[in-house]
Amino acid sequence: MTPVRVSIAASIASILLILIVLELIRSRRLRERYALLWLATGVVLLVLSAWRGGLDTIAGWVGVTGYPPAVLFAVATLFILVVLLHYSTVLSRLSDQNAILAQRLALLEEQVRDQEAAAAAGERGGAPAGRPTA
Amino acid sequence: MSDPRRIAIVPAYREERAIAGVVAEIRAFDPGLDVVVVDDGSGDGTAAAARSAGAAVVRLPFNLGIGGAVQTGFKYALAHGYDLAVRLDGDGQHDPTELPKLIEPVLAGSADIVVGSRFAQADADYRAPLARRLGIGLFARIVSLLVGQRVTDTTSGFQALNRKGIALFAADYPHDYPEVEATVMVVRHELRLLEVPVRMREREHGRSSITAVRSLYYVVKVLLALFVGLFRRRVVPVDQL
Repeated sequence: MTPVRVSIAASIASILLILIVLELIRSRRLRERYALLWLATGVVLLVLSAWRGGLDTIAGWVGVTGYPPAVLFAVATLFILVVLLHYSTVLSRLSDQNAILAQRLALLEEQVRDQEAAAAAGERGGAPAGRPTA
Repeated sequence: MSDPRRIAIVPAYREERAIAGVVAEIRAFDPGLDVVVVDDGSGDGTAAAARSAGAAVVRLPFNLGIGGAVQTGFKYALAHGYDLAVRLDGDGQHDPTELPKLIEPVLAGSADIVVGSRFAQADADYRAPLARRLGIGLFARIVSLLVGQRVTDTTSGFQALNRKGIALFAADYPHDYPEVEATVMVVRHELRLLEVPVRMREREHGRSSITAVRSLYYVVKVLLALFVGLFRRRVVPVDQL
């Protein structure tokens, strides 16, 4: 059976996590799409912390007989792994997009340079139509 | 294609001393061959030197690595409608007088991409550090197996491609150590790959971008990419190339 103090402490920690995430969203330091996984983590941990019978039942399912709160650690670890993996995909996508942007910028710069050179050459050689020369 | 438009793509990273010579040599070899130098965020005089030697220069705002730089060149070639692209390294190790061996099969229509190999002939005298040679040999075996034809030099950046090859690589090109994966990509997209023996020179200036310590990382990374690549869908449908 999960000790009451463990349940209380874990519940407080989960609530703190949820509140911090909500505050980060409110102050626009965290985008909703990246906050969802963290909120899910907080909510699941809160449910497992507060609902002591549920934690014991789940511990029984997965064969944790000695100390049910160990399941809390396992679930928290699992969620952190998922969050980290998610961030790796985000990083990969950002670095791909970054490379594409760099390439496009470089190609556009060359194009602009090219056109400016062509325009300059056009002005030098003969008077351009419709533009009076000084 | 009586007079196909041709371009030489030269990726360069901190090659301010070598690049002008490389560009001049290419232009001397074939005046009809336009040259685009991709300055991979060098931050030195590479771009200026290439420009004054008569090349078009595309300057990346920061270093993307060889794969990103080379792909920029392919995007340039695609956007400007070139029929044929050759790729030479900016350090001068690829000899422009060897180019006809690469270009002719592409012009004749017998291959979509031609790769110059240092090892395709028995008397190959190219010397490389042992770790590098081992890596090259390992990849050659694996890639040969994957593509179902004998490939001896999967790390050669000395290549010629037709429009199909340009379009494929402009759409997708691998990152830091690209040639191995690119070889497999080519065959998976049903392009015809041909390897021809060429001579390469020792590097004129600078060091190879691949140091011994990083080799192991690259071997593991490329093996992973090759393996996962087998289960990847085609980037460009074959009929659109």
